[in-house]
Amino acid sequence: MSLDPNQPEEEDPMASDSSVQTSEPRPAAPAGSAHDATIDLTGVLHEQARAAESASSVVFDVAGLSVYYGAFQAVRDVTLSIAWNEITAFIGPSGCGKTTVLRCFNRMNDLIETARVEGSLRYHGVDLYDPKVNPVEVRRRIGMVFQKPNPFPKSIFDNVAYGPRLSGVRSRAELEDVVEEALRSAALWDEVKDRLKRSALGLSGGQQQRLCIARAIAVKPEVILMDEPCSALDPVATLRIEQLMQELKADYTIIIVTHNMQQAARVSDRTAFFTVDVDTSTGDRTGELIEYDRTERIFSQPADTRTEDYVTGRFG
Amino acid sequence: MQTIADPEAGPERSALSATNGSVPDTAFRVLALASGLLVLVILALIAITTTQKAWPVLSKHQLDYFFSTDWRPNEQHFGILGFVWGTVVASTIGIVLAVPTSIGIALFATEVAPRRMRRTITTVMDLLASVPSVVFGLVGFLVLKPRLQNWYQALGRWCEGIPILHNVFGTGSSGTSLLTAGIVLAIMITPIITSVTREVFDTVPRNDKEGALALGATRSEMITGVVLPHSSGGMAGAVMLGLGRAKGETIAVTLLIGGVSNPQITVNILGPGDAMPSAIARNLQEASGDFRAALIGLGVTLFVITMLINLASRRIVGVFDQRLKGAS
Repeated sequence: MSLDPNQPEEEDPMASDSSVQTSEPRPAAPAGSAHDATIDLTGVLHEQARAAESASSVVFDVAGLSVYYGAFQAVRDVTLSIAWNEITAFIGPSGCGKTTVLRCFNRMNDLIETARVEGSLRYHGVDLYDPKVNPVEVRRRIGMVFQKPNPFPKSIFDNVAYGPRLSGVRSRAELEDVVEEALRSAALWDEVKDRLKRSALGLSGGQQQRLCIARAIAVKPEVILMDEPCSALDPVATLRIEQLMQELKADYTIIIVTHNMQQAARVSDRTAFFTVDVDTSTGDRTGELIEYDRTERIFSQPADTRTEDYVTGRFG
Repeated sequence: MQTIADPEAGPERSALSATNGSVPDTAFRVLALASGLLVLVILALIAITTTQKAWPVLSKHQLDYFFSTDWRPNEQHFGILGFVWGTVVASTIGIVLAVPTSIGIALFATEVAPRRMRRTITTVMDLLASVPSVVFGLVGFLVLKPRLQNWYQALGRWCEGIPILHNVFGTGSSGTSLLTAGIVLAIMITPIITSVTREVFDTVPRNDKEGALALGATRSEMITGVVLPHSSGGMAGAVMLGLGRAKGETIAVTLLIGGVSNPQITVNILGPGDAMPSAIARNLQEASGDFRAALIGLGVTLFVITMLINLASRRIVGVFDQRLKGAS
């Protein structure tokens, strides 16, 4: 596993070298924007190779994104791109704004009255915060799985059928097909096929979370946002979800917020490291993106010393 | 110093503190048990004493007392069905008007209104809930009644000749009627139902609501799909609370229901009638003997009806919750 603590030690001269070059708080450029001159050479080569094979693979293009709650700036100037059919992990200490940023991707922050977003967040080139964009439409294409499993107090079938019913599917046969397909994709079908009419609340925590994933899949989104999906689960259930994410990667783009670094290292292709910047005069805590790169680089030879301190456990 | 050094002091002290801890604990348990039993004792005493006072009439008329609409105190004949009818109709009108209004206000206050407005609505509703019922009665009598009288006459004329409607909205109203009482009851119980439903809606987990919205539900789909099902039990409780208040409401209904001396079962809600509590309040002072017993019997009947409705609603809520959670 790339989390091996020896690896960064070996590459130490390189790591410190690149951290000089990228000392400004801008993240290393992700796929599709390899022209950013400040990233180190190996990175550029690597990214160019990636860009060549998937030039049109950018799902989200985020530039200068800041989130405010009233006058308080919760997240400052985030710039990154999310690649198609990859798992992107957001890691960082508590209060670093990783969940806040995640909730921008399906406009969940709209629900907080005082929340305000600046900068641009483009989904296939369309600004999600354009006044003409309907947030309901956004959320049908960009699904979300929450920290705490939140099945509705309905039957298992009705939980999964909830989304398709919203989009107007009425035929029982069609619903049954969609529900079975979604439950199969979420690796839950075999466990629940005989009790689809039973309450979803009778499932275990891990099953409930997979049900929530099935429920999200049933609306056929392109992207699934996961907000610490395993934080309420035991290790076995966590492993099931992680395996599931690997299977889902073929069809979906996944962004996962996690405070479990091992999980990020295990499941993700790319990792964005956020941290919190405390204003010494006002005490305001503002989250910012420190570094964004391929996961193995973040965990083996991070460009920024703050990233290195975090992933090696020196800061936490 | 000496006690700390003394090896026997340790166990002795812990033994002492154990008794100290259990005395208040036992006292608390006894007190709690006594308070719990007191509720049952009071309930039983109310039932026994009132039934006892009403017994002469109940034993004389038997079922006729409950199922006859013949109420002629001068001839010593007492049938209360007309009063039961008046209470049921006025309360039902009150509930039918108040429940949708209350749910609407509560949804607005919890899901739609901007935060600052929410607090204002809540405060105003809580203030309204604390207005004494006689004030509502006076407002109904002085403000509503004269206006309603004209509207009732227009409505009655308009419905003439239309089947069913001309029965429900009959003519010849003076403004005091079952409908007027129902309307004022609705105004009175709306703040109560609103207040309770609003609190129930507030308990719907944010997580559940976000779950629906994240699946692409609009706000109204989220409300019908998550908020209302989650709140069904609490809403039923709120309606029961409102119904209880409506059935027992005396003074406002007395002023507005018309107060006929021998109410009949009629579907004409524009006509006058009388309700059980109003009849008691209006007559108890001059009543004696069997008349007095018959009035107390009205109270007993109201008490029993209330209990039956509460039991039934509890059953309904239970069944509904089961079905909702898919555990059938």
